[in-house]
Amino acid sequence: MIHPAIEVHQARKHYGAIKALDGVSLRIEQGEFFGLLGPNGAGKTTLINLLAGLALPDGGRLSVLGHDVVKEYRASRRLLGMVPQELVFDPFFTVRETLRLQSGFFGLRHNDAWIDEVMHHLDLTAKANTNMRRLSGGMKRRVLVAQALVHKPPVIVLDEPTAGVDVELRQSLWRFIQQLNRDGHTVLLTTHYLEEAEALCTRIAMLKCGQIVALDSTQNLLANLTGYRVWLKLAGSLPDTLLKQVVKQTEGSHLLTLSSYHALELVLAELRVAGVAIQEMSLQQPDLEEVFLSLVGRTSSGVKHAKLL
Amino acid sequence: MPSFYSLLHKEMFRVWKVGFQTLLAPVLTALLYLLIFSHVLSQHIEVYPGVHYTAFLVPGLAMMSVLQNAFANSSSSLIQSKITGNIVFVLLAPIAYWEFFAAYVLASMLRGLVVGVGVYMAALWFVQPPLQFPMWIILFAVLGSAMLSSLGVVAGLWAEKFDQLAGFQNFIIMPLTFLSGIFYSIHSLPPFWQMLSRFNPFFYMIDGFRYGFFGVSDISPWTSLMIVSGCMLGITLLSLRLLKSGYKLRH
Repeated sequence: MIHPAIEVHQARKHYGAIKALDGVSLRIEQGEFFGLLGPNGAGKTTLINLLAGLALPDGGRLSVLGHDVVKEYRASRRLLGMVPQELVFDPFFTVRETLRLQSGFFGLRHNDAWIDEVMHHLDLTAKANTNMRRLSGGMKRRVLVAQALVHKPPVIVLDEPTAGVDVELRQSLWRFIQQLNRDGHTVLLTTHYLEEAEALCTRIAMLKCGQIVALDSTQNLLANLTGYRVWLKLAGSLPDTLLKQVVKQTEGSHLLTLSSYHALELVLAELRVAGVAIQEMSLQQPDLEEVFLSLVGRTSSGVKHAKLL
Repeated sequence: MPSFYSLLHKEMFRVWKVGFQTLLAPVLTALLYLLIFSHVLSQHIEVYPGVHYTAFLVPGLAMMSVLQNAFANSSSSLIQSKITGNIVFVLLAPIAYWEFFAAYVLASMLRGLVVGVGVYMAALWFVQPPLQFPMWIILFAVLGSAMLSSLGVVAGLWAEKFDQLAGFQNFIIMPLTFLSGIFYSIHSLPPFWQMLSRFNPFFYMIDGFRYGFFGVSDISPWTSLMIVSGCMLGITLLSLRLLKSGYKLRH
């Protein structure tokens, strides 16, 4: 029997009166690159902490490759590698010592060959014998990623790994993570950068107030929730048959929704029949930010929040 | 078990890396006590017949150093890891709560005992106390360091800020240590304080420990052994229970 990489069933967690997670269910198959999105306080980090055993659920079940995170925590933690959100480090040790100790925590000795490989991929080799205190923020972030990978976990969880990280590191980090994903590792990612999720994730779940409000492939989310749009500048007036597709119009220019690229042909056909010439035209791709906004709500505070993303 | 060894290794490695302040400094402090107290008081006091005051002082100071360092190690290591957040690396690993406990406690015991031996060795320059019953010495040193290491785990878990831990140390550990008969026999105290001292578990640790050196003690070493073992067991169980529940570690 093939177990899903991650299975969450009716997970609940509250902190006092605040429901951080309110009955979340989720199934992530092996080999997926999965994105977990949502505003601050939506419950993303809580969900990840439950999976990693950093917090204990008030209800529901969570498992990693079929192993319950509470009852079979040893097995589930061996299968999971987590990069925490906070930039934490142990100031007593060098990079290599840190990675050796972390290997030891997972019961691995003589792990230097893999440690060297991970350091190489993350450009840490030159800093191997440098004390953690002397590293820059970006370098510390790389060590965090390396620490999560010392035990070659089949499931990798990254909690906003690129927050406050320079462009170069973001790119090299994603290359490495994508390589791991191609090699068969399942990746679960939370991020504030929507374009990152759009570019990397095959499926996405959106959380809001401790509940999943959307769960679909990235493609479907983009297509179904906002659709495609075409912007037209016409020589004449818009045929009546197209009025129901109008989102916005100003003098002579019109923004229409399309259910798919195929629908564009119908629009063009209508215009040809009506004898209206097109002066300018452009197609607009939907992006996750719009999906996100439409789900999280277009309240004034929501919009402000989204701008920060 | 390999996870346990690694955590133990990490804790000992940490002590070693800052050995100047974790091992040498406490030995120096104890020697200063020895120099000053023995110089000031040696003319006036003979606690046990035929035992020079400086010699009387050595076991007390050695045990005090064992206890304080055992406590300081587990408590400060835990609170540092909690406050800097790097405790997460241990929490993410497949380490059972009792392995966590054993690693922190053993590393702290080891530091306490190494400092205790250091104090004793350094004191040999000044005075050579007898060694009547070495097994009692080892027994009380091990039990006492285990109890204070466990207590350090409890305090380190409970405290959320450094000043809370300092409060624990200054208002609980220090008074209990200083009022335990390191510098005197409780028979020299007024009856009220004598009675109060009998509620202090530290008193039994020091008294039993000193019995191993001189073969003389304020009360029977067997009574001390029972009381110290009982306290050690109680604190160990409390500590294990807190760790098992994830108290202030896993929310």
